Amino acid sequence: MIPSPFDYAAPTTVAQALDLLADAGDDVKVLAGGQSLIPVMKLRMADPTMVVDLGRISELTGVTDDGDSLLIGAMTPHHVIAKDLLIATYAPLLAQAAATVADPQVRHRGTLGGALVHADPAGDMPAPVLALDATLVVAGPHGERSIAAADFFQGYFTTAVQEGEILTHIRIPKYVGWGSHYEKFTRVAQQWSIVAVAAMVRVEGGAIAAARIGLTNMASTPLRARGVEAALAGCALEADAIATACAQAADGTEPASDLNGDAAYRRHLSQVLTKRAVLSAAGL
Amino acid sequence: MTATAQVHSNEVGKARLRKEDAHLITGRSRYTDNMVLPGMLHLAMVRSPYAHAKITGIDVAAAKASPGVMAVLTGADVAAEQGSLPNAWPITPDQKAPAHPSIAVDEVAFAGEVVAVIIARSVAAARDAVELVDVNYEELPVVLDLEEAFTDTVLAHPSLGTNLSANWVFDSGEAGTGAPVEEALANAEVLIERTFYQQRLIPSFMEPRSTVVDPTSEQLTMWTSTQIPHILRLMLALTLGIPESKVRVVAPDVGGGFGGKLQVTPEEIITVLAARRMGKPCKYTETRSESLMAAHHGRAQVQRLKLSATREGIVTGFSVNLLADMGAYLGLVTSGVPILGAFMFNSIYKFPAYRFECNNLFTNKAWTDAYRGAGRPEATFAIERIMDELAVELGMDPLELREKNWIKHEEFPFTTVCGLEYDSGNYEAATAKAVELFDYAGLRAEQLRRRNSNDPVQLGIGISTFTEMCGLAPSRVLGSLAYGAGGWEHAQVRVLPTGNVEVVTGSSAHGQGHETAWSQLVADRLGVPFENVEVLHGDTQVSQRGLDTYGSRSLTVGGMAVLAAADKVIEKAKVVAAHLLEASEDDIEFSAGNFTVKGTDTSTSLGEIALATFAAHNLPDGFEPNLDSDATFDPVNFSFPHGTHLAAMEVDTETGQVRIRKYVCVDDIGVVVNPMIVEGQVHGGLAQGIAQALYEEAVYDDAGTLVTGSFVDYLVPSAPDLPHYITDRTQTPSTTNQLGAKGVGEAGTIASTPAIVNGVLDAIRHLGVRDIKMPCSPSRVWHALEVAKTTGGAQ
Repeated sequence: MIPSPFDYAAPTTVAQALDLLADAGDDVKVLAGGQSLIPVMKLRMADPTMVVDLGRISELTGVTDDGDSLLIGAMTPHHVIAKDLLIATYAPLLAQAAATVADPQVRHRGTLGGALVHADPAGDMPAPVLALDATLVVAGPHGERSIAAADFFQGYFTTAVQEGEILTHIRIPKYVGWGSHYEKFTRVAQQWSIVAVAAMVRVEGGAIAAARIGLTNMASTPLRARGVEAALAGCALEADAIATACAQAADGTEPASDLNGDAAYRRHLSQVLTKRAVLSAAGL
Repeated sequence: MTATAQVHSNEVGKARLRKEDAHLITGRSRYTDNMVLPGMLHLAMVRSPYAHAKITGIDVAAAKASPGVMAVLTGADVAAEQGSLPNAWPITPDQKAPAHPSIAVDEVAFAGEVVAVIIARSVAAARDAVELVDVNYEELPVVLDLEEAFTDTVLAHPSLGTNLSANWVFDSGEAGTGAPVEEALANAEVLIERTFYQQRLIPSFMEPRSTVVDPTSEQLTMWTSTQIPHILRLMLALTLGIPESKVRVVAPDVGGGFGGKLQVTPEEIITVLAARRMGKPCKYTETRSESLMAAHHGRAQVQRLKLSATREGIVTGFSVNLLADMGAYLGLVTSGVPILGAFMFNSIYKFPAYRFECNNLFTNKAWTDAYRGAGRPEATFAIERIMDELAVELGMDPLELREKNWIKHEEFPFTTVCGLEYDSGNYEAATAKAVELFDYAGLRAEQLRRRNSNDPVQLGIGISTFTEMCGLAPSRVLGSLAYGAGGWEHAQVRVLPTGNVEVVTGSSAHGQGHETAWSQLVADRLGVPFENVEVLHGDTQVSQRGLDTYGSRSLTVGGMAVLAAADKVIEKAKVVAAHLLEASEDDIEFSAGNFTVKGTDTSTSLGEIALATFAAHNLPDGFEPNLDSDATFDPVNFSFPHGTHLAAMEVDTETGQVRIRKYVCVDDIGVVVNPMIVEGQVHGGLAQGIAQALYEEAVYDDAGTLVTGSFVDYLVPSAPDLPHYITDRTQTPSTTNQLGAKGVGEAGTIASTPAIVNGVLDAIRHLGVRDIKMPCSPSRVWHALEVAKTTGGAQ
């Protein structure tokens, strides 16, 4: 299908991009890979008059070692995230989730930053970013600001990124000694998550010392399963005990009902998948 | 130059790579949307967002003023010339059907119906102008549910006064083909009553539909993504009142159909109307969203079943009562689809009594029509599901129950309770092979182990023994069923002066590989190299007569016409051979492309005869100088492929996720021309049948809007979702065609759906689950398990 007419600009620096956004007014959309934006434009569910493509801003791609953390350019495509050595070493959860995104074509075009700012509740990248306690770096007309992942996702397709701003980088603390797993549940291979669970656990002395759990598609935003995290802290490395701790995964969630399952089913799934993700992250 | 004499090639049975594929997989394809003609204009459709509404006004002024727009046509603009889209199968004399204008005039009856068309210089200009057409609708109540439609509380077409299009009954007692079913049911030792739901499916062909019409020469030419160029040509002429001789229809490369392109579509008619109006070529290519919404759907039946049997497991009677969803209109064979199933509910079994009743109902949803299997998958699902239910009731192995009831191989030919004569089959052989490949005993043992250990992943074994009527169809039978045409097929074989052979076929391949298979047939028959045979099809100017491709008919009907035409060429050539070799025709033997005088080594080749015939210098007196022939083949009977499909299904009881652990199918499709093409047909068929069992469903909301309006929500499985199939064959040749072929296009689709669902239920029936509506999604499976838990399994 064919989108409504629009103007297009492809700046090569963040500064240029910000200027373009400042001049463009309300009806502007930022193109950051386009794996969600282009389809909705073709269906005319979105009809921006101006599209600013970040695809030619080289400073926005790549993964760098920045001391205690990794700095990931927002325009880094999923396939790079899935294969990058630094990410595999210090934040493998992100790589595991990126590898499950859609299909190879989408993973080569779609970007981490694009997925985060799009903030689809069924998208796979927000929950790991939340579980990893990432910090999101945003540039705007008044300079740069950093937003904690916990404050970033605000509702259906809504984030803390304001008009005129762009997400430039994702900063992820280095994790050493953690196991992780992204457990994704779909009906067919190329599908949005019905429910997915991003789990990280640190095992010490035969017990779980700490756990971080992010839930995909269990509310309008990704959620941390704080109750499960608390129950897992100090939990024996034993399947039944872990299952008991994970039984509260659905607490505080507000999942939607759709063709793939109603809210009750999603709540149930979140418990089963959390258990499986934690067992796998713990190497059981 | 003549072709050199060739050794008989034994092409039939060879897994030849397809001639078609080189250009397709290198992108040198000629799909309709690739067509670009000088001065061509582009169309975009304005479609109703409402499922049922009166059109109270259309303002096209803004659209007409939009840049690049040449014209906007509404239903009122073309009311006098657009006619009504055809239904070729009025199943009863009193069948009710609403008029079906290509562009709605006063009222729309489903969401997606065309209300206006934009004609513009570019696709983009046409699409932009769609937004500018202002249509005023007055919404009317919608009827969407079949059981509700049957009550006539809300009418899909108020002017008809009812939702019932037709009521059609077959009763073996009345037909004299069996006993009355009421007695059997009344005297049943065991009576199984079930209602099964065939969800609505969308054919989802790979290439969306596209049409180009060129009105600029004497003959109006249409290129279109269709399965049926010949039928379409006739129907265009009848619908629009154009002489048939003034219409040429071309089906260039066509990217799949699955029955979904067995249609005369509003969009095709509209493209003709637009092109005629503008005097310029026009193109329309649908978007995938439009395709899902407005191309015809399939299945959509409620099946109310009663099966009676003895305690020993001998079925005594079967009663089928259907509600069949026509959707909003009757398409080309919409009303006949349930009737194609009517003769298949008894499947491979020797039922003494059978009754079938069908109520064809209108709803405010997209029209339905043929979808791969058309009536037969529905029937096979019903019987194979309920046979499993009977087996459970009797505590009998489902394979044993089937064997007790099926026709034994020595009983063929067998006249069924429907009056069909099954010419051949060997259900024992196919089943035995399948059971062995499957390791039936081993999997049953594992099933028991998992059951006893309360394994969260339970294992089930699904069985489907099936047959289908293929090779549509004997013209006389179609006549007796009130179908509006015959079932023959036409072919020409022409030997060119060089000895190369042109085969013209009335079959219209859209992925089936006829160019390859027909070449193999003719190479064998005429003893010429495979590469020297050219197959021409899909253009009514080249292939003047034909009835096209659907219903697994092409080889068993079209292929036989090709062979018959080749035989006529041999007969003709024999006359020339006798003349050239100065022998009597009776003394000429033909083998492997050579004509030889019996008992001598004096011979001449087909190529030499072709050149001699072309030159015409030295031919028998009165011999017409050509080696061309025509043949039209009308089958004397259907063919009846059969097979046994076994599915080992794993059900994760924690999530409801279903996985196919192992799938074995042994199909008996008679003699095989190209095993590789057959394998492809089986794989694709299985995918679509499995898709019905597990993934696909067209869902509407309460207002009649299609919720599954894109492939995000309409789940077509892809390679990672499907298992590695174990396929094999037995070969019991058909006795009603000279090749012994039976047809394979629909087998996988027909057989696999009940195998999968039976397997899912077999895995969790002991937990109290008796039925799950298709598709058996994880959430449905989990909910069924939850309900069984809370009710203690007593549903």
